[in-house]
Amino acid sequence: MAKLKIRENYHQARWDEPIIYELSTPGERGILVPQPEKEIKDESGDILSSLPENMRRKDKPNLPEISQKHVLAHYLHLSQETLGSNLNNDISQGTCTMKYNPRINEKLATLIQHVHPSQDENTMQGILSIYYRFENFLKEISGMDRFTLQPGGGSHAVYTAASIIRAYHESKGELEQRNEVITTIFSHPCDAATPATAGFKVITLFPNEETGIPDIEALEEAVSERTAAVFITNPEDTGIYNKDIDEFVRIVHEAGALCFYDQANANGMLGIARAREAGFDMCHFNVHKTFGTPHGCSGPGTGALGVRDYLARFLPIPTVEFNGEKYYLDYDRPESIGKVRGFFGVAPVVLKAYSWVMMLGAEGLKEVAEISVLNNNYLQKKIEDIPGVDVWYARGRHRLEQVRYNWIELEKETGVGTDDIMRRIGDYGIQHYWTSHHPWVVPEPFTLEPCETYSKADLDEYAAVLERIAEEARKDPELVKASPHKCASNVIVKPEELNDPDKWAVTWRAYLKKHRKE
Amino acid sequence: MDKIIYPYIPNSAPEVKKQMLEELGLKDVEEIYAEIPEHLRFKDEMDLPEPLLSEYELKRHVEEILAQDKDCKEYLNFLGGGTWQHYVPEVCDTINSRDEFLTAYVGAAYADHGKYQAMFEFTSMLGELLDFDVVSTPTYDWGMAAGYAIRMAARMTGKNEVLIPKTISPDRYLCIKNLCKPTIRIKLIQYDRKTGLLDLEDLKAKISDKTAAVYFENPSYLGFIETQGEEISRITHEKDAISIVGVDPSSLGVLEPPSHYGADIACGELQPLGIHINAGGGLAGFIASRDEEKYVAEYPTQLWGITETTREGEYGFGDVSFERTSYASRENAKDFLGTQTALWGITAGVYLALMGPKGMQELGEGIMQRVDYAQKVLSKIPGVKVPLLSSINFKEFIVNFDATGKKISEINRDLLDYGIFGGKDLSKEFPELGNNALYCITEIHTKSDIDRLADALKKVLA
Amino acid sequence: MKLGFIVNPIAGMGGKVGLKGTDGKEVLEKARQLGAYPEAPEKAKKALKILISLIDQIEIITCPGSMGEDEATQLGFKSIIIGDRKTNVGPEDTEEAASKMLEMGVDLLLFAGGDGTARNIYNVIGDKLPAIGIPAGVKIHSAVYANHPRSAGEVALKYLKGELKTIREAEVMDIDEEAYREGQVTAKLYGYMKVPYERQLVQSLKAGRPEQEESARKSIADRIVSEMEPDIFYIIGSGTSTRPIMEKLGLPNTLLGIDIVKNKKLVASDVGEKDILKIINGKKAKIIVTVIGGQGYIFGRGNQQLSGNVIKMVGKDNIRIIATKNKIISLGGQPILVDTGDDEVNKMFNRYMRILTSYNEEIIYKVKGL
Repeated sequence: MAKLKIRENYHQARWDEPIIYELSTPGERGILVPQPEKEIKDESGDILSSLPENMRRKDKPNLPEISQKHVLAHYLHLSQETLGSNLNNDISQGTCTMKYNPRINEKLATLIQHVHPSQDENTMQGILSIYYRFENFLKEISGMDRFTLQPGGGSHAVYTAASIIRAYHESKGELEQRNEVITTIFSHPCDAATPATAGFKVITLFPNEETGIPDIEALEEAVSERTAAVFITNPEDTGIYNKDIDEFVRIVHEAGALCFYDQANANGMLGIARAREAGFDMCHFNVHKTFGTPHGCSGPGTGALGVRDYLARFLPIPTVEFNGEKYYLDYDRPESIGKVRGFFGVAPVVLKAYSWVMMLGAEGLKEVAEISVLNNNYLQKKIEDIPGVDVWYARGRHRLEQVRYNWIELEKETGVGTDDIMRRIGDYGIQHYWTSHHPWVVPEPFTLEPCETYSKADLDEYAAVLERIAEEARKDPELVKASPHKCASNVIVKPEELNDPDKWAVTWRAYLKKHRKE
Repeated sequence: MDKIIYPYIPNSAPEVKKQMLEELGLKDVEEIYAEIPEHLRFKDEMDLPEPLLSEYELKRHVEEILAQDKDCKEYLNFLGGGTWQHYVPEVCDTINSRDEFLTAYVGAAYADHGKYQAMFEFTSMLGELLDFDVVSTPTYDWGMAAGYAIRMAARMTGKNEVLIPKTISPDRYLCIKNLCKPTIRIKLIQYDRKTGLLDLEDLKAKISDKTAAVYFENPSYLGFIETQGEEISRITHEKDAISIVGVDPSSLGVLEPPSHYGADIACGELQPLGIHINAGGGLAGFIASRDEEKYVAEYPTQLWGITETTREGEYGFGDVSFERTSYASRENAKDFLGTQTALWGITAGVYLALMGPKGMQELGEGIMQRVDYAQKVLSKIPGVKVPLLSSINFKEFIVNFDATGKKISEINRDLLDYGIFGGKDLSKEFPELGNNALYCITEIHTKSDIDRLADALKKVLA
Repeated sequence: MKLGFIVNPIAGMGGKVGLKGTDGKEVLEKARQLGAYPEAPEKAKKALKILISLIDQIEIITCPGSMGEDEATQLGFKSIIIGDRKTNVGPEDTEEAASKMLEMGVDLLLFAGGDGTARNIYNVIGDKLPAIGIPAGVKIHSAVYANHPRSAGEVALKYLKGELKTIREAEVMDIDEEAYREGQVTAKLYGYMKVPYERQLVQSLKAGRPEQEESARKSIADRIVSEMEPDIFYIIGSGTSTRPIMEKLGLPNTLLGIDIVKNKKLVASDVGEKDILKIINGKKAKIIVTVIGGQGYIFGRGNQQLSGNVIKMVGKDNIRIIATKNKIISLGGQPILVDTGDDEVNKMFNRYMRILTSYNEEIIYKVKGL
């Protein structure tokens, strides 16, 4: 059995790295640009003089001038000052499903680097077939009838769902009347924000203080002839499964509205339970969460949106079709909502996800779900044993793939709160944990999701580190409050300046103007 | 068969699993799944292909599928139209394939300090190219960025109409249309058939007190440079509307940035800056503006700012947020945040750092020279009319085949036999301009590439 | 930097021995006899201790003995003492001290006590001076108090260091203790004090924008005004959340009282129960009401004018509850409360209700009639 180890002597790389402009020496070059041949230059002459004066750039852009080695070194330093999930025990980022992102899939994705999406379909049968096959996988996993892989992230897929719901009610002439979307406070904020973007008013259900799940009566108060849809996560971000979910769906359907299932939290459900059996009309997956593709510091990802057959006509164009001989892109969909992203989505991500599923198969996907749930329950037991930790709601019930914990008790006792511990955990070589989406319904929250990627030793280490920090909070609260001490940078002195229009600086040039008066 | 132990799932090893279950006092994970009512359980086996358990088998399988495909390395490519083939410096790929950047997510600025700095530097360099002090973290693509920018303008002005030239990219138009649908009405402005430029009379006729913004592109989807930027912005500002310009940043080494001809907000596409085409997966958008509170308040994306830490001389980073009076008109709904395209933003930063001022200028100039040469060469082919529009073009231009009697789809199919991807078919998107294709020329094209295209076209059209 | 520091040493003594508050000398005596001892000084010290890092930079102005001097001295702070030492202190001492501090131009007033103490201080300083309360009393309905003593200290520290610049208006409420001891609650909203507003300083990265209270209230007002129907009487409840509605309509607002509006014009200002009943009798009316105080009442605290009779006449379906999301979250999952003194009316509210939280957002929340 791997040894339990707390990384006491860890220290992240700290390069004290200058801003790239501070590395610039006029005259240096990082790369040379291929020059047109002499014949071309002779033929075209001083081409820039053909530009009207008002369109011709007068001053060279103020970009840094740095030799290639120094550009590379600079970015290598910055990469070392970033704690990717493949490097660390990233149970931390709950709700984000930080899986191992297999190297082989990165390699395979380079095979489509040079494919242009407007190429003749006959020259892209390979990548189109990957799209088609992966869509079939998702149909099987969810029970939905069609998917679009065009959205570039989870929220983007949920936004697409809201757009489709709008089109659906519009097609029935009911859009004006149905202008409310219902969600729950423990669903992802995008379940409120994207319907709002799509023009709906949003009604949010709060949980019953015992069960952590909204009561049926709360839903009934919300549902009316104005309801367009419900957008709901299950299990919610608390990890609690809503056993009445099909009853929710029934009530919403009865009112003539649609049900969208936010499956950002699908990892514990693969092969276990599906959107279809619960009666949903639509669902989505965060491909970069559940299907093992990298998060890339926050994208590019893919949000796969699935719908039942009666909604397929509204999907964004193009869809990927197969006529028995050939895969092709179908743009001829007059009722489509149009597009949410250029071309047909983030192809490398779809390819990586396809490859990930192919390595696991049906049995492997179920193993993913089971181990993620087992890991979570095992970790929960360890974490709940730490004095000062508590878990709100539904005591005695198992959570599925994640848990929202809280440090309310520890904070009362020591004044050390979840944000302090979040920073301190970085000193042990572990990514800062995810507290909670706003608003913090559970005070002093932290949310952990030990998906199937993590070993028992990882889980033990994680719990031991949190226990250690809780001890530190009691013995030396200042140590925790002033943390991190061993990360790539120290704590920010004046966070309020980031909210002050006279002080905030989103670019170096703004910083020079505001802080150095240059 | 023995129980499969998956390399990606450490606790799939039976003895570990057993030990963990024992510690929980459980016999089976099913006891946890008792949380899900029986009737909601999926009882069948998922019908998925047999897994390819070894990495070798998997690799072979995927390689075999993709071996059917041709790409722009194997073929000589003239497709652009929203994603363009530029040279990607090796260092860009080296950096964005580092596991540190590749697999990070939303960690705070301490353990992910480098991510924040790299992103801050990207916005700083793009800000210089645009001559704007505020640049967003990257969004999905140009189309979404344009839609967001228009919604920003609507919230800022409290008005709900936007004017867009008919020459806009049809794909981007569909994205914008969907984003604007609930509250913002779009009016399309005519263009001059000879030059492609915006019809200023039609603009003046359609702009009104209801206009929140005028959006136009430079270079335009059809490749020409919109030279009336100052006049368009002036007309826009007269109606207290916001001037938004979508821009391809690879042109900004030689072209004036939109801020110099009156744009209040710029947006555009990052893919040309060191990101592979990736079958359309290389797209990433941006939004930029002046550093005014009323603009900053309306950004739908994260903005990361620089500040100081407890250690003297050390830079720290954090989210620039919005705890202050909102200028928003609440009747206009807010936008959403989520996983977008951060890795491409970092990559674009690496690209700009490598290129430097001289590189960007040489890039732009070289592209324009090649385009000029290509137009001249192609114009000599019988039946081919180029340029169709009497404007200056940046990296794309329209080639008209009306006189050849052949459809673009036929020409392009025949060009495949010569190992060439011909220009994008415009005959359905802009039928009023005739039987046209949009050809894209960048720094990757040599003289012999262009000559080869001309030869092939001659043969195909013969 | 000058910090005013006032401790009401007897605050909270009634609570432990089952007395509802310690306002009044006899009650205090009774509390002492029942074995109560002062806890407020310890609580005040917990808060003041947080300021130790500023020990050389702040000047503390405080009252003699256990009203502040002792606590400051024990922690090693040097302080300027105003007033004379007394054995028995009363509300007048608090008021006198606050008034001196106002004169001396303190930057912030940190005080320990309960609703009575907050009221005394409010009487003197109004909104002229930012203040933050250390919760030490039996009754803490007033929102000027931090959640616990330490966080009061932290808010003070950050404010003095210039890290907190936002000021919110926080309710000063008190209930009539005598009536309270007899089992009747008549809470009154006395006014609003300026309190430094602490939000999460370390931003959570995935969260997006933190909700901004004032803009949320304005956006609520936009929706309410857009929903207003002709010829209906709108009874606008008290509090800062309803104020932007009147502002949006361009009408004078009674912050601590009830106004009535029809066809976007003012019908009556600062009305009592009888006025309301008279005006709306036989007419269609709606009530716009917000959550008042830290304990989440919509009726029965700070708006007794909206009595059971008024509610019955308006009808439960014509009540529109508004509140910012932060206000609801701060209830910690506890239901919103209704205590009209009329059991039948209270019972009407035992259900889930809609609360408008911004222009296009509502939440469904549990309401409980007492």
